Amino acid sequence: MDGQAGRQSPTEIPLETFLHLVDLAALELTEDEAEYLRREMNAQLRAIGDLQAIQLSADTPITSHGIPYPRAVRPALRGDHAETFPHADEILAQAPESDGRYIVVPDQPGTDLE
Amino acid sequence: MIEDLCDLSGHQIAERIRRREISATEVLDSTFARIHRVDGRSGSLEDRPPDPDEAVHVHAFLELTEELAHRQASQIDSALARGDDPGPLAGVPLAVKDIFCVQGTASTAGSRILANYRAPYSATSVERLVSAGALVVGKVNLDEFTFGSSNESSAFRPTPRNPWEPSRVPGGSSGGSAAAVAAGEAVLSLGTDTSGSIRQPAAFCGVSGLKPTYGRVSRYGLIAFASSLDCPGPIARDVTDLALALGAMSGEDRRDATAAAVPVPDYRASLDQGVRGLRIGISPDAFQLAYPDPTSGEVRTQGVDREMETAVREAVQALQAEGAEIVEGIPLSHARYAIPAYFVISRVEAASNLHRYDGVKYGHRHVGPVSDLRSLYRTTRGEGFGTQVKLRILMGMYVSAAQYEEQFYAQALRVRSLIRRDFEAAFDPHGAYRVHALLGPTTPTAAFPMNELYGDSVLMQLADLLTVPANHAGIPGLSIPCGLSAEGLPLGLQLLGPDFEEGTLFRIGRAYEKATEGEAWRAQRPKVLAG
Repeated sequence: MDGQAGRQSPTEIPLETFLHLVDLAALELTEDEAEYLRREMNAQLRAIGDLQAIQLSADTPITSHGIPYPRAVRPALRGDHAETFPHADEILAQAPESDGRYIVVPDQPGTDLE
Repeated sequence: MIEDLCDLSGHQIAERIRRREISATEVLDSTFARIHRVDGRSGSLEDRPPDPDEAVHVHAFLELTEELAHRQASQIDSALARGDDPGPLAGVPLAVKDIFCVQGTASTAGSRILANYRAPYSATSVERLVSAGALVVGKVNLDEFTFGSSNESSAFRPTPRNPWEPSRVPGGSSGGSAAAVAAGEAVLSLGTDTSGSIRQPAAFCGVSGLKPTYGRVSRYGLIAFASSLDCPGPIARDVTDLALALGAMSGEDRRDATAAAVPVPDYRASLDQGVRGLRIGISPDAFQLAYPDPTSGEVRTQGVDREMETAVREAVQALQAEGAEIVEGIPLSHARYAIPAYFVISRVEAASNLHRYDGVKYGHRHVGPVSDLRSLYRTTRGEGFGTQVKLRILMGMYVSAAQYEEQFYAQALRVRSLIRRDFEAAFDPHGAYRVHALLGPTTPTAAFPMNELYGDSVLMQLADLLTVPANHAGIPGLSIPCGLSAEGLPLGLQLLGPDFEEGTLFRIGRAYEKATEGEAWRAQRPKVLAG
């Protein structure tokens, strides 16, 4: 990516980084779209810069769901066994291209192993 | 007159059906007549120039499920004929936000990429509402994958309009839900709230909406946006209907490990207990907005609209007159970081959830030659996703990249803890404030004009400034109407409460409804119902 490290906030997403993200995200963009998206990403980057100003003590925990999940309210896990979905054919029928019960995809890029 | 049955509240409908004064089929006939009168052209992917028709209709629905609804209505009427209990929501017309799977219906998430997807199963919340007697009348429009606050990002156009003034947005992302309920096209709607997507459109459309506690309602069958923030919840025309719907939807679900094992109370039983003995907190941070300037990133402050503040202050006085103790000066000092933290957390989760759409297993697939699988992914996702979806994917990938993960994502999750702590301090029964609920405006302004903010992703997000802190904290939030602006647009107040204390919020909301039931603004009707 753009090689910035440490706690200094980046202020703009370099074009090279943007293009790398677009490739990773598997998105084909028009020129206008790309220009708009990069501009809005930079605006959001400025908006989230405020977060960096917050001094957090080392013991500030991460909150992943808002509410805590103590054992008393945690639902029991299901048994670890497979269950047959009753409408499997309906799921398979939604595949854009299929051959019998196989889903058809184009060639996958790869390198043949010697 | 049959036409008016769709304007009754859900509890009135269920009671009259149970007394056999009306039938579920008659309620449906009234509802579909209303839909055909006010909804206009349904949203579609067709590329058509704007039509004058769009400016006078609601355009809430993407699909009507008349056959399904009539089948369900017949079951209600048959149950009654047998002497069976038809359920607490017997015969109540329900519009489902098209982010929920309903077996056999197109379930599009408002996106081209899922335009041809038909759900092979139903969401738990839909199944439970139907089991309680609700009738699914159709699927309603939304912001694409729920990404938005105006409903303008849907791929299906025309997008919904505000029934009170169709030149204004209905809010979002549950804009179709709130608009349908406001216009009498449904009595109840099932929406989702990730940053305010139930409460904000409810406020803009003059109806009531509840974001339950995270974990109160199962997310099974909900097409995911930000999995740690998404909450299914009801939109209705009064608090009693919300209480009935939440009671039906809530509870443990073996298909969702985050659906908490917390008993579901009888919300309706405590509705009319009044507010005497309750402490209601007011925070100055709910009236003075702090937000990052979209150009410079500098923090700016601004008060909410004057008439919004006046309406909410009058509501406070009304509740005080009913016996509530008002506690001013509750600090919510970290609420100002809720939007920046949301920009990070929601984008990371959205990017992760959206990787599954690839044109292989279901949904849209690029038609035409491609060189390989990766090329198929790129073309399919490029065509299938709208711009706002792409923006969220790219931003989510950026802030979760290895070199920024600690700086942005981990920092945002820690800030989330601080936002949560502010609420814990306010609600702590042994703390300095000991409030049962917090009260403030739902939104900084009334509904804004269409096309005013769409495209500016930072300004649009600010519409959720007052609602998103509750999503970070996981706590419940209720929005109810509290008046009309000088322009005749609805204003909404928000009540926030401790985890799983939705019943307290309903109790306060109901007390406010009773205290103000004679006020002139309550007799006003949305513009689309005139004539």
